Amino acid sequence: MKKIVNDPNKVVEEMLQGFVAAHPDDVKQLPGTTVIARKDAPVSNKVGLVSGGGSGHEPAHAGYVGEGMLDAAVAGEVFTSPTPDQVFEAIKAVDGGSGVFLVIKNYTGDVMNFEMAAEMAEAEGIKVQQVVVNDDVAVEDSSFTTGRRGIAGTIFVHKIAGAKAAQGGSLDEVKAVADKVVANVRSIGMALTPCTVPAAGEPSFVLEEDEMEVGIGIHGEPGIERKKVTSADDIATELTEKVLEDMKLTGGEEVAVMVNGLGATPEMELYIVNRKVNELLSDKGIKIYDTFVGEYMTSLEMAGCSVTLLKVDQELKNLLEADSKALAFRR
Amino acid sequence: MELQVKDVIIWMEKANEKIQSNKEYLTSLDQAIGDGDHGLNMARGFQEVVNKVTGSDYTHVSDILKDVSMTLLSKVGGASGPLYGTAFLKMSTAVKGSENVEFTQFRTAVEEAVNGVKQRGKANQGEKTMLDVWIPVAELLENQDDLETEDLASTARKAMEATKDIEAKKGRAAYLKERSIGHLDPGSVSSYYIFSALAEVLEEGA
Repeated sequence: MKKIVNDPNKVVEEMLQGFVAAHPDDVKQLPGTTVIARKDAPVSNKVGLVSGGGSGHEPAHAGYVGEGMLDAAVAGEVFTSPTPDQVFEAIKAVDGGSGVFLVIKNYTGDVMNFEMAAEMAEAEGIKVQQVVVNDDVAVEDSSFTTGRRGIAGTIFVHKIAGAKAAQGGSLDEVKAVADKVVANVRSIGMALTPCTVPAAGEPSFVLEEDEMEVGIGIHGEPGIERKKVTSADDIATELTEKVLEDMKLTGGEEVAVMVNGLGATPEMELYIVNRKVNELLSDKGIKIYDTFVGEYMTSLEMAGCSVTLLKVDQELKNLLEADSKALAFRR
Repeated sequence: MELQVKDVIIWMEKANEKIQSNKEYLTSLDQAIGDGDHGLNMARGFQEVVNKVTGSDYTHVSDILKDVSMTLLSKVGGASGPLYGTAFLKMSTAVKGSENVEFTQFRTAVEEAVNGVKQRGKANQGEKTMLDVWIPVAELLENQDDLETEDLASTARKAMEATKDIEAKKGRAAYLKERSIGHLDPGSVSSYYIFSALAEVLEEGA
């Protein structure tokens, strides 16, 4: 393992210290916690927005803290859900009297820890609602599994629910629009190389030089299919087709596109992928409302990308366009 | 059997020893079918448990179990934190107020732990989770009048080994479907360490 770290067991703690040192006017770290909150939290009479998850997905989740998006982000250990007490601290810190909304990605650990935190908050009289993001079409929805994973589509949930809360939306209204985003957002990812969790010291899986893995999650877990590496156009086509098929888009719809890098893929390659995604959508008569290319939800130094489509209507477009001062998503 | 405060302390120390020395093994099991953090998380959590319980004074077994629960909840993270945290919290509640724990109370405590984990994880037997060790252990206790420590360790071990042939239905391993067959469930292995540590404590105390 070759990484710029001091102590593998202190990477989260030291990252958060560096993060706050870089943005002292925008954010604060709640003392004794792994919570990064807006400097001015709690904002009175505004629904507080809390998200979080394992570390290693930077700029998620702390990068999305700011006016117009999250009020607080809770960092867990690398690829490990934060614990209930930490989420609870975040909830208390952002409750401005109108309740708190939790954005959870659909992983067993995240769901359980956030649910326990919500139970603790409700016991203290704080109103809490939540949405579980499950945009990953690589994983089948079935009553036997834990369901689809939440990946890069989560950023659109942060943005849109955050805008709704910033505009004075009630807890129910924030919940309703977040549900709408979740119903209309789909993603899938692929990897060329695995990543190495610092404390583990070894890659999470092994790919041969000529292999790629399609349908990977964002925690270094293996994907659904391993195959020979193909061209950027073929990769873009496979990912986009899988998303389109699931969304049943047939033409005439309007979408926001996100081509997300997983940590070790240059923007050059992400734009090459986006070129093909754009071409495919145009060919099908699907209108592109807006495009986001870059690193939004990474997986340490994994090489690869994910493609996300969000079907938009006027309400979602307005909220997507609304101002955001989040460090990693300025609008 | 009788479980006293000092037994629980030794139990946690032994469980921690097993988890620390098998940290890489647990992680490699989890890398095969999950996301590879089980060894790290359990090692972090149980080290904290030992630090906590050896530095505190207890009169009641329920108090120490509660501290074990809270420490696991706040230090482990992932799915294992809430699940193990719930298991120990339910055991603590089941023996509340008792200085020492008799066999029948312990039997109830394990039963309650199983119910708690089922509810928190929305899981059941045969889904390749820690419950595939906890349920057989609870059933073993159900059929005994007093604890046979050898049976406890061997039941937990056999149950753990049996998870190899199961297709995962819960947790991240479920995404691999039939590809999860042939691998041990990491949560079952850590559960085995916990029960075999308990068997050793009771063996030595007897």
